[in-house]
Amino acid sequence: MSDFQPVLSARLGKKNSCALATYVADGGYASWKKVLAGSKTGEWTPAKVTDVVKASGLRGRGGAGFPTGMKWTFVPPKEKRGAKPVYLLCNADESEPGTFKDRILIEKDPHQILEGMMLASFALDVKHAYIYIRGEMVHGAEILNAAIDEAYAAGLLGKNVLGSGMDLDLTVHRGAGAYICGEETALIESLEGKRGHPRIKPPFPAVSGVWNAPTVVNNVETLCCVKHILDRGADWFKGIGRNERNTGPKLYCVSGHVEKPGVYEAPMGIPFKDLLAMCGGMKGGRKLKAVIPGGSSAPMLTAAEIIDVPLDFDGVAAAKSMLGSAAIIVMDETTDMPKAVTNIAKFYAHESCGQCTPCREGTPWLHKMLKRIVAGQGKKADVEMLLQVAGQMGNGMTICVFADAAIAPVLSAIPKFREEFEAYVTKSASPGFDQPAAAGITSKVAERTAEGMHS
Amino acid sequence: MSGGANTPVETLPGQPPVGEHGALSCGKELSFSPGAEARFARLLTRYPTKQAALLPTLWIAQEEWGWISREAVDYVATRLGLSSAFVWGVVTFYTMYNRAPVGRHLIQVCTSISCHLNGAEEVFHACRKKLGDLKPGQTSADGKFTVVEVECLAQCDKAPAVMVNGDDHARITLENLDAFLSELK
Ligand code: SF4
Ligand code: FES
Repeated sequence: MSDFQPVLSARLGKKNSCALATYVADGGYASWKKVLAGSKTGEWTPAKVTDVVKASGLRGRGGAGFPTGMKWTFVPPKEKRGAKPVYLLCNADESEPGTFKDRILIEKDPHQILEGMMLASFALDVKHAYIYIRGEMVHGAEILNAAIDEAYAAGLLGKNVLGSGMDLDLTVHRGAGAYICGEETALIESLEGKRGHPRIKPPFPAVSGVWNAPTVVNNVETLCCVKHILDRGADWFKGIGRNERNTGPKLYCVSGHVEKPGVYEAPMGIPFKDLLAMCGGMKGGRKLKAVIPGGSSAPMLTAAEIIDVPLDFDGVAAAKSMLGSAAIIVMDETTDMPKAVTNIAKFYAHESCGQCTPCREGTPWLHKMLKRIVAGQGKKADVEMLLQVAGQMGNGMTICVFADAAIAPVLSAIPKFREEFEAYVTKSASPGFDQPAAAGITSKVAERTAEGMHS
Repeated sequence: MSGGANTPVETLPGQPPVGEHGALSCGKELSFSPGAEARFARLLTRYPTKQAALLPTLWIAQEEWGWISREAVDYVATRLGLSSAFVWGVVTFYTMYNRAPVGRHLIQVCTSISCHLNGAEEVFHACRKKLGDLKPGQTSADGKFTVVEVECLAQCDKAPAVMVNGDDHARITLENLDAFLSELK
């Protein structure tokens, strides 16, 4: 592991790393040229590119960890989809709290992303691909647009790319501030010019996505991996990582109470304690208390639970949390856990898209209740009530997994740090929530949840 | 400030006396400048439907006029063949379209978890206090500053993270807040 050389982040510190000339000087677009040239001789076909990606074991870096090559094969073959085009959407809506890896790729090595998109477009027979970038990344969008302009000027995009006969257009689409648009189908709705309301699935985007056409949505880092897999081969990629289900290099976003927060690249599956050492350890030498390993929607793990965990999809899942976007949020002994959970609950209360009742009503309710607890106005039964309400919001009763994400912090932190929550309510002199009213909300959520099942 | 349909507009006081579609009037008839017109024309070539150009067209509108007024909603709706009610529904779903004029410096303080762990709430409060006890979303009397709370800006390693208009600022703390604010002219 010590001989690991950064792959995805290799060029980030270089001078003019965004320029086409430096990218090409570093071997960039070699795979794109290779594949296009090979497509004329029959050496490269879309199926072959897909097979290489499949063989690499690449799993999506956006959060779900779904095998990328397999996702591509869900697009119906030409015979079945008829005249419908296929769309590739690069998900650059990075907004899961704690996540900031895609941003540096966008701002420091945009051509790497474009090349990944070109290769994926070849594999999927895409003629127009879009990058959906979150609205807040104003400069990121400018940088991507400049890179795209350069690529067009160099004939790497446009009509009859490099004489291959293939046409490919690429467009940056800026969001406007809505966390939910990171969800595939919400992103699709948003690209269509609508509110970002997740769609009921099926149909899955691969069959009917944007403009009712087959659509593949891949994360920024995932597409960067595609480029490197085509550069160096599936076996090379597979050789990096803990085991064959968790392969390749990985960007970890470490934030919170560490000495040197930042994006760190390591082989997939690096143990948490090694990553912590890379970050210079805990800030001020304080003690580790807990970690959220995959963005704010991942269940929290205590210091003892996380310390030896290999940070990959299966490793973190085995510890009963998730790698998600690899946003590792580190909390030291000074962290007030009820306040941290209240902060996260506030985020979800704000960001629910409002379509499903358990989510729309449950998320603000959790936040309100937590807010009262940390304000010293709760009472003992409130802690139990939080668990009850949260318990009724998930379980697949909603259109998307947002509701499950919203309850994970509550359901994980309360049992693990119960005494801290109870300390707030026992200190409190106020009668707090009046029980019948609170119970009323609980049953209302339950009732609406049942309704939601029919939708 | 952030939020989907679930968010009441709590951060922008001086907000919609509910009108025709809830939007504030700017009292003027609007149309795109030649520059905006050219960008708009180019936009339309990038999508298979006109409607898909809605978000980027609203961005052009906001860059032109600073915020999305009732007249801007009507104008954009007409240009894209959509109803004003639909456009307003989209405007209000997203948090970055300003529904009222904002100050020259829109100071957006992230208070999401990683920034929270590094004292972002205190920075947000201190920032408002220093600029004249501004409420969240309120604009200072001289029209210079609006301070809002936003969610994760994807620079959690630089917590507390602040964005002013489109520019990123790292590690804004109680200690360097004065220096940071004095840079904003
Ligand atoms: S679960 Fe929440 S965010 Fe997802 S569709 Fe339902 S209301 Fe919207
Ligand atoms: S939590 Fe503040 S920038 Fe991510």
